Amino acid sequence: MINIGVQPLVRAESVSKKFVIHKDKSLKDRILYWRSRSKSRTEFLALDDISFDIALGETVGLIGHNGSGKSTLLKVIGGIVEASDGVVYRRGRVAALLELGAGFHPDLSGRDNVYLNAAILGMSTAQTDAVFDEIVDFSGIGEFIDSQVKFYSSGMYVRLAFAVAVHSDPDLLLVDEVLAVGDEPFQLKCMNKIRQFQKEGRTIVLVSHSAEQVADVCTRAIVLDGGRVVHDGDVGTGIRILRDGYERDRVEHEAATDHHAGAVEILGVTVESVGGHALPAGPLRRGSDIALIVHAEVRRPVGWISGFSLLTPLGQAIYRLNTEGLGIDLPTRPGRYDIRFELPAVNFGVKRLVVTAGATQTDGTPLALLDPASFLDFDDDPLGAGVVQFDARGRVESVQTA
Amino acid sequence: MTEANAGGTVRTVAEPLQSIGRDRSFGRGTWSSVGEVASHRQLLWRLITREIQAKYKNSSLGIVWSLMRPLAQLLIYYVAIGQVLGAARSIPDFAIFVFTGLTAWTLYSEIITSGTNSVVNNGGLVKKVYLPREIFPLAAVGAALFNFAVQLAILIVATLVLGRPPLTLDILYLPLSVILILVFATALALVLSALNVYLRDVQHLVEILLLVLFWASPIVYSTGLVHKAIGGTIWEQIYLANPVTLAVLGMQKALWVAGSSDKAQFWPDSLWLNMLTAIAVCLVLLWIGQRVFSRLQANFAQEL
Repeated sequence: MINIGVQPLVRAESVSKKFVIHKDKSLKDRILYWRSRSKSRTEFLALDDISFDIALGETVGLIGHNGSGKSTLLKVIGGIVEASDGVVYRRGRVAALLELGAGFHPDLSGRDNVYLNAAILGMSTAQTDAVFDEIVDFSGIGEFIDSQVKFYSSGMYVRLAFAVAVHSDPDLLLVDEVLAVGDEPFQLKCMNKIRQFQKEGRTIVLVSHSAEQVADVCTRAIVLDGGRVVHDGDVGTGIRILRDGYERDRVEHEAATDHHAGAVEILGVTVESVGGHALPAGPLRRGSDIALIVHAEVRRPVGWISGFSLLTPLGQAIYRLNTEGLGIDLPTRPGRYDIRFELPAVNFGVKRLVVTAGATQTDGTPLALLDPASFLDFDDDPLGAGVVQFDARGRVESVQTA
Repeated sequence: MTEANAGGTVRTVAEPLQSIGRDRSFGRGTWSSVGEVASHRQLLWRLITREIQAKYKNSSLGIVWSLMRPLAQLLIYYVAIGQVLGAARSIPDFAIFVFTGLTAWTLYSEIITSGTNSVVNNGGLVKKVYLPREIFPLAAVGAALFNFAVQLAILIVATLVLGRPPLTLDILYLPLSVILILVFATALALVLSALNVYLRDVQHLVEILLLVLFWASPIVYSTGLVHKAIGGTIWEQIYLANPVTLAVLGMQKALWVAGSSDKAQFWPDSLWLNMLTAIAVCLVLLWIGQRVFSRLQANFAQEL
């Protein structure tokens, strides 16, 4: 869909956003503490020198931890917040779904609110008239369209607002976390609408905490961390980077607060055949017997558990195994140990699996993590698709014929 | 949805890339803001009707309530100041006189109070969608203008009932007064609404100032009284330089026939010239107000 040589729809040039946090809000405070006013303000860099182009027809997922600046970036693109430095260029019509139902007035009827909200999104009365029935139809509000919005259930509220936004014919749709509200059929409806928008060549920028959702619809991911772009491009890699970040933070945080920190280190993981031979080069065939050996070193005496996880490239865990599950007690004396896990007749259906290995104390407090420790490549499933594969068979039997 | 997209063809956007955000230069910035608001006039109209509709939505008397307040005020001032304190003796048709002043004052104070709160009250919108933010104080002006029209209609009916219809050439003072109040109050409302986002104290301060300033215009007492007390001094000039005083005087000149034809009443010289000058000055204030607003609005979304 990306036409080379065509102007982008959105261009950000070294955009920064600085927030000043005032600790005093009232006039009295400001006058009283006029001399020390520089102390009562803290500057916070929410976006730090961000540049990118978004081409026509792209679906971009903005992902990052809480407070990484993704919502701020979306607001800067939408023009709701002005950048303190740098320029954002944009063209075409924008609909921002930063919060469903923004601009709904509780005392007015659903009908009045549709017209009001449509006007906020830049539609004229005539344009709204033309799609009004479609909006009501999509929202499923039915006869309640003429009752006051304050009597609506929260689901009805959300459905009506989404319906107005998607019928405003935007070139660029900015969506912030709003798909998380609403029930499952409604979410499905929203995702279908977004896919339809993609087919129509509209551009979508989506902020989401749901990696599945981003992986599902986005063609490109921008990962933000502390206001900087740490990844821009492939969705799978983006999600991996994000997940790694979460895990690293968690382990670092927990290890730093524990006196057993550094008691165990995972040195590496070797994958070989059950017999102890090296595996043949190339992807593993279905039904291969494999052994995973976790190399670990105990530096100080500690009770510990070790194990490994197999993850898809998007970071979804599909198998976990540890010594506790197998009923193995690991020696607590310092020294180097090889822990051998054997998996007979593996039948994973994912082309590439990421192996991570770790060690925890017996109460589950993490001691060490190696991510990624290794990779496993499997043959493509020639028959079906999924996280597992089988030597599937099928036939047809005649039950009744005319 | 356009037909071309239904077939799955690649969507094109004819517009060129434009930088978003406000132009900070003086002249050009104002012009582009005016253009932006003008392109959102349908929304402005909807916001005005929303303000009016929502205010009286669940009351059975509805719009009648917007008249109760000025009528109650009229009653208080008529009885307390007119009859008890005896102001009515030197002022013919005291009821018309007071109501004329009140009508002008209500327009002014309503624009200022609801305008000051307008951006904060619409915080939900300001934070979630981009709109030219001037639209919120302007919607407050529109709603106030509606109430003013209702009051004015009653006032005119009252003059007809009392047999003194405002059918002189002085009626030309009426549009002049309305324009003066609109321009002056809108300029103030723009600046105050923006300041109120940063300092919520503004809205309380404004309420008190309005309470005090009510007495700085000849609404319940006559200008003759002021002239007798400070006539010929610099204080009188300052008093008469107040755009609200000028507007109130203009309204009285236009609608209070008993007074404008009464030789015993005091009218300042060349009132219309003063009003035109005031309008010119207030237009400059409005322009400055818009520039201040434009500068301050950049951080609205994060301050709300």
